[in-house]
Amino acid sequence: MTRMFLKSKKLLIIKILIIFVLITINFKNFAISSTYSEEQTINITKNLRCLICQGQTIHESNSDFAESMKKYIKSELEDGKTNEEIFSSLVKKYGQWIVYDPGISRNTLLLWSLPLLLFLIGGAIIVKKIFRKI
Amino acid sequence: MQFLEKTKKSIFSLFILILLILSFFVFKFALDKEKVYSPKITDEQIFTDFEVEDLIDGRKINFSKVLFGKNFYLINIWSSWCEPCKDESDKLLELKKETSIMMVGINYKDKKKNALNFLKLYGDPFDQIFIDKQGTISINFGAYGVPETFLINDHNKVLKKYIGPLNDEDVFEIKKITNN
Amino acid sequence: MIISQLGHYSLIFGLLTSILIFFNSSIQIKKNDAIISDKTTGLIGFQFFFVFISFISLIYSFLISDFSNETVYNNSHTTKPLFYKITGTWGNHEGSLLLWLLVLTGVLLGFIFKSKNEPKKYRLLTTIFHQIIVIGFFVFVLKTSNPFNEIFPVQTEGLGLNPILQDPALGIHPPILYLGYVGTSIIFSAALASMMSNYVNKIWAKNIKFWILFSWIFLTGGILLGSIWAYYELGWGGFWFWDPVENVSLMPWLSLTALLHCIVTLEKRELLKKWTIVLCIITFALSMVGTFLVRSGILNSVHTFANDPSRGIYILTFLLVLILLSFVIFIIFENKSFTQKSEIFIFSKETAVLINNWFILYFLSVVLIGTIYPIFLDVILDEQISVGPPFYNKLILPFLVPFVIFMSIGPSMKWIKTNFRIGIKSLLVIIFTLILSFITVYYIGEKNILILLLFIGFIYLLLKSLDQLRQKTKNFAQIFSHIGFSLLLISILLNSFLSKEIIKNIQVGESFFLKNEKIIFKKIAIEKEKNYESIIGFFEILDEKNKTINLQPEIRIYNEPDMATSEASIKTSLFKDRFITINIIKDQNFFNVRYQHKPFMIWVWISTLIIMLGGLFAIFRKNKEVNI
Repeated sequence: MTRMFLKSKKLLIIKILIIFVLITINFKNFAISSTYSEEQTINITKNLRCLICQGQTIHESNSDFAESMKKYIKSELEDGKTNEEIFSSLVKKYGQWIVYDPGISRNTLLLWSLPLLLFLIGGAIIVKKIFRKI
Repeated sequence: MQFLEKTKKSIFSLFILILLILSFFVFKFALDKEKVYSPKITDEQIFTDFEVEDLIDGRKINFSKVLFGKNFYLINIWSSWCEPCKDESDKLLELKKETSIMMVGINYKDKKKNALNFLKLYGDPFDQIFIDKQGTISINFGAYGVPETFLINDHNKVLKKYIGPLNDEDVFEIKKITNN
Repeated sequence: MIISQLGHYSLIFGLLTSILIFFNSSIQIKKNDAIISDKTTGLIGFQFFFVFISFISLIYSFLISDFSNETVYNNSHTTKPLFYKITGTWGNHEGSLLLWLLVLTGVLLGFIFKSKNEPKKYRLLTTIFHQIIVIGFFVFVLKTSNPFNEIFPVQTEGLGLNPILQDPALGIHPPILYLGYVGTSIIFSAALASMMSNYVNKIWAKNIKFWILFSWIFLTGGILLGSIWAYYELGWGGFWFWDPVENVSLMPWLSLTALLHCIVTLEKRELLKKWTIVLCIITFALSMVGTFLVRSGILNSVHTFANDPSRGIYILTFLLVLILLSFVIFIIFENKSFTQKSEIFIFSKETAVLINNWFILYFLSVVLIGTIYPIFLDVILDEQISVGPPFYNKLILPFLVPFVIFMSIGPSMKWIKTNFRIGIKSLLVIIFTLILSFITVYYIGEKNILILLLFIGFIYLLLKSLDQLRQKTKNFAQIFSHIGFSLLLISILLNSFLSKEIIKNIQVGESFFLKNEKIIFKKIAIEKEKNYESIIGFFEILDEKNKTINLQPEIRIYNEPDMATSEASIKTSLFKDRFITINIIKDQNFFNVRYQHKPFMIWVWISTLIIMLGGLFAIFRKNKEVNI
């Protein structure tokens, strides 16, 4: 009797999990369409570094350069440029330094992969430790 | 087996040791590096396809038409409220007098009256001056402050970039490049 | 002037005492006495006393504005309020290093008092290792950053303190932070000593846990104060920027958190000995790396200290020496002092701790690599990049989901072996979590699976931890920290998605809207204070229920040094902060007004306090047998 009960509970969990997975998959379909908005400007300027006050983002800074940059980005967005186009043109002008997202390139391959590699090594060590036969 | 374990351990230790010493030297060299970032010159041509407005007569023109017909152009971003711009004005006048570079001024976030006054007071070294009321035109060049000066060749390629006021050495360098 | 001299000589005496202690302890190790002599204890007391006198003299020099002292001259001014004269003592490089020394010698004294029942050899070795650090810092202070340098001719007025540092939260931030940051030094010394004296066992773990908790609580508090300060003082309503200087304080915190979980395993099961010692060393090494990065001026950050390359090279060399020393000791004593025979089973608390450490160390590696990678790239390839929030978000957020799920089930694991039973109650918790998460995600309107999964994880952790409060044997320390942590993550996530802001250039009398709120710029007033003049903007906010809220942001123009700062005006409520700042626009009558809604800000602070509360529980309940 108890065994049966346990089994049905397990089944219930599996059912819930399946429903949950289905819902999450459906969730993806609500992707937002990208139209230019105030928030988009903020998103871009939050990921740009100010060259005058070098620890701040363009969004945070009130320097002359930051103010101009905000206007520049607005006008670029009004011209129909995408975020990627704006970022890449600014990187051409000011160097990779200006964007806070280092992106994946030859220079940053190690930056992205090293932590992940360490994670895998850590996992391997733990598995070895637990399944070690004495 | 024991031996294998031991070699594995010593290789690992050696690796850590090398990593430590390498890091030490990297940090040591980093100490002497310039910490304030300034953009390097890239190989790309500068972007010129945008409209500019003349300071004197308000005429609007596409900037790519401004950079036409000469071997060298000097784009100088200046403003009447910028103190170092006053210091570099005689350097610019000297270049105007002694070279055949086309001098293009970009008047940054200024008032027309003040700008004209400034030119009267300190001399006008420019062949053409355009206004940059919003500061967005300077961004097209990849500039981020005043004064900033760009030496450009006939292929719209930036040869030299000077952040801050020009000094005698800069003037000498510009002359050397443009007289060849 | 005489007081300043006294401070200087007191510092030199402190250094001499260190050398005495070092030799005295070395000689005593060979003797067969059962306890360490009173002479050594006395000397350690004297050492602290000398640094303390030195510290007090510096505070006194600041208080009386003794401008014959270079540090005072550079960082103070007669018109400064009393409070900022005092906090100005550690608001600069030299003074803060003196504070560093004070904590460094203080924790050793504390350790000697608290470790009375522990083996003599272990205590002496800890003292010796600690003296190496202390001597290193004494020389550093005296050689490169002496706070008692004199200037001649004596100046009549000082240069003043940077206005953004004239703030109550930042005034007490350094002492709190340093207690945590420098507190890790005693863990380091004790770890090396315990290894050399073959004392890495249950008793050691139980005793050193106090110092781990001590550092952890103060470090948490220090980071909290720093974030609060950044939130209202830097003027754009952020509290964490993944700025290198912040990362530097987060790194030892992460490794302390990992260590905290490890030490309990060592205490209960005599497991993970080697790893615990490695973590002790890493923790202190990270806080030294941090000191190096911040003090050498190698970083490009919002909060950098004035710098001088000779300081950088000194700390760097010293850091290398300390790491090499611990490395050598570790290799020599590795096989002698670690014998462990116990096995680890998959479903056990030991595994949970291992997984916890695995993830925390991954997060640590992300932060460490993100912070120093640009430096390596710049030196090796001469390429400059910025590593900012996008990098950390991408590498950390996806891993938080499994992390918090393990964190939720970990505490219900038993030591050695757990038999799994899925009760109807745990099923209810899961269903509840899913419902709550879907509602939340629907409410914030974010259609992203990762966000949904994050909410599920965080809410699950919260509910699971709350559920544990009903258990018969409860561990308040763990439960509170975990509740705090889940609340912190939930508030940060909600805050980042629901924040709204608007920036407008307006004149007095004009108004604008944010959602359903009307913001009216009423008037401007100018007030004169002792050390600054302020332009105060009077704003009235009409919220959706037509209630009025008054906000008064300021622009302060400080006289010494001549600098303007923008002071935010914040109205806090349970669910959202209203945040406003103003700035002057050059040559115009307009003001640049930035108005923001910052939801759940108060919860970010409260949850961090709950995390600290958990730590306090652990300290005061340490005598009872508890499971973490």
